[in-house]
Amino acid sequence: MADELVLRLSQVTTRFGEHVVHAGIDLDIRRGEIFALVGGSGSGKSTLLREMILLQKPDSGSIKVFGTDLATLGKDEIRRLRRRWGVMFQHGGLFGALTVAENVGLPLREHTELADGLINEIAAWKLALTGLAAEVGAQYPSELSGGMLKRASLARALALDPELLFLDEPTAGLDPQSADEVDQLVLKLRDSFGLSIVMITHDLDLLWQTTDRVAVLADGKVPGVGSMQELSHLDIPAIRQFFDGPRGRAAEAQAAKQTPSGSPSWKPK
Amino acid sequence: MNPPSPPPAAITRAPDGGLALSGAWTGAGLGTIQAQLEGLPLPAAGLVVEAAGIEALDTAGAWVLQKFLGRLAGSGGVQPPRGLRPAFAKLLEVVGQPVAQAAPVVETAPVSRLESLGRQVVGRLRLALLMLGFIGEVAWTFGGCLRHPSRLRWRPVLFNIRSAGFDALPIVGLLSFLMGIVIVYQGAAQLRLYGANIFVVDLVGLSMLREFAPLMTAIIIAGRSGSAYAAQIGSMAVSEEIDAMRTLGMAPLEVLVLPKFMALLVALPLLTVFADVLGVVGGMLMARAELGVGYGEFLDRFAISVSATAYLVGLGKAPVFATIIAVVGCFQGFQTRGGADSVGRHTTRSVVQGIFLVIVVDALFSIAFSMLDL
Repeated sequence: MADELVLRLSQVTTRFGEHVVHAGIDLDIRRGEIFALVGGSGSGKSTLLREMILLQKPDSGSIKVFGTDLATLGKDEIRRLRRRWGVMFQHGGLFGALTVAENVGLPLREHTELADGLINEIAAWKLALTGLAAEVGAQYPSELSGGMLKRASLARALALDPELLFLDEPTAGLDPQSADEVDQLVLKLRDSFGLSIVMITHDLDLLWQTTDRVAVLADGKVPGVGSMQELSHLDIPAIRQFFDGPRGRAAEAQAAKQTPSGSPSWKPK
Repeated sequence: MNPPSPPPAAITRAPDGGLALSGAWTGAGLGTIQAQLEGLPLPAAGLVVEAAGIEALDTAGAWVLQKFLGRLAGSGGVQPPRGLRPAFAKLLEVVGQPVAQAAPVVETAPVSRLESLGRQVVGRLRLALLMLGFIGEVAWTFGGCLRHPSRLRWRPVLFNIRSAGFDALPIVGLLSFLMGIVIVYQGAAQLRLYGANIFVVDLVGLSMLREFAPLMTAIIIAGRSGSAYAAQIGSMAVSEEIDAMRTLGMAPLEVLVLPKFMALLVALPLLTVFADVLGVVGGMLMARAELGVGYGEFLDRFAISVSATAYLVGLGKAPVFATIIAVVGCFQGFQTRGGADSVGRHTTRSVVQGIFLVIVVDALFSIAFSMLDL
């Protein structure tokens, strides 16, 4: 049970015309894990994420979420599956015509029959959970700063209590303090709700502080998967260039100073 | 993969007087539980809550449960629910922390009718002022470009002439042709009654050249190009492209508005001439079919009855209409703020206001021309 897989990719291949983005990718993501996909620009991270959340189809290979092959699903099953995961998009993806609170309450209104008052309360609470002030709920997305948009988007992704959370660049464009808060938030979410989290990020601090395992994407392959500790000792060029920059070293040193977070306080059910 | 879903949430009285909770306390399973809980009379002494029967709990359920427990605590001692699974207890705890300080949902006070009227009037006046300012800016920029023609961007001007003018030829031509047919068809019955068949030439020639061709063309172009201008500039405003342009030292008016304005200034009169021709041709075909007026006869009469003034009066309106369409479309584009929703709203406005103003100005022209005996 502890090693139950929430996501399994086998031999996933994607092509854009002649250009091969993924050349047979295998990945396993376990329940309760914080998993990150890293790689340079154009390495196909976002495409892979889109394939995981059923926004795009791989050319071949299979993707299994919660043990079900995505390719075999019918409409109703897809609908049911989509309620079990939450997605936070890079630019928020909040609906501009709705206030932030309405955005967060929307999935609840769509998929449950809860009373309006209760939905508003839950939406306000989810916003508070992601660290947003109460007044923000009444504002429109266009009035928010980048950091607030990400939080609001995260609150919406959490609306239906998903088991699996996808984060696309959760800290990109944030000031260091907000980024630190996102680190804490990600850990808190996993520890209190037992979420499995899959994220795309370039943020080395986020990677060192939160992730259990990281997969590096390069040239359509995954040359390395493992904890940041393990990856930092691997001698593969695509991975080395990731760790060897001044930023990479700084983040590593920073992580080493703090208490090792090797064993998360959260235990699988 | 789908485990049998647990039964919906339920509350029952336990034999010892406590409450037994069971089922799925989740967003999907809660149903009317909240109302039931709120309707429960609270005993003075502590109430034992038996929670071993809860099979699923999410934040929605935990929230409801926590609120109920909070109410119990208010009425006198409360013990934590018994038998709750550890994972659920943890969730309850997480939800419990901020419940106390959870923000009340902000309610905006309803606006009185007088206030909303006032706001609307002020809003419209402000918009009219802004529009006036925009017209001034465009005129200033246009004047500047005329003095320094090297600043003009010819490529976008030509591109816009093609997209707003040449590409609109089929639709403008077809509609004018049909218009000519309709005019003759409607007039034929009356004219035949008086044996005044030949006057169909005056009817179709004057009405087409003076009114219908310029008006129809302007309306089509307002719907076709005015909306496109608003949508293009609007989405650029939303994605900060306009701001980027300003910081790069490019004047958006010069780059975006002038080429469109100049292109329409050229294209709309040309389209109007095209509409004139097609409308009269449509009328001519119909005149022969319905009234037996031959083509030669039609053209002879046309030369006598339709003066150059009629043609020029119609054609002269086209640049004015072009200015209205370009200015309104671009102005609405620049007014766009926020998101996709706003782009849609302003695009709609550009078409509605554009057509409205075109027709109003056409009416003013009619009055002016009749005063001038043209």
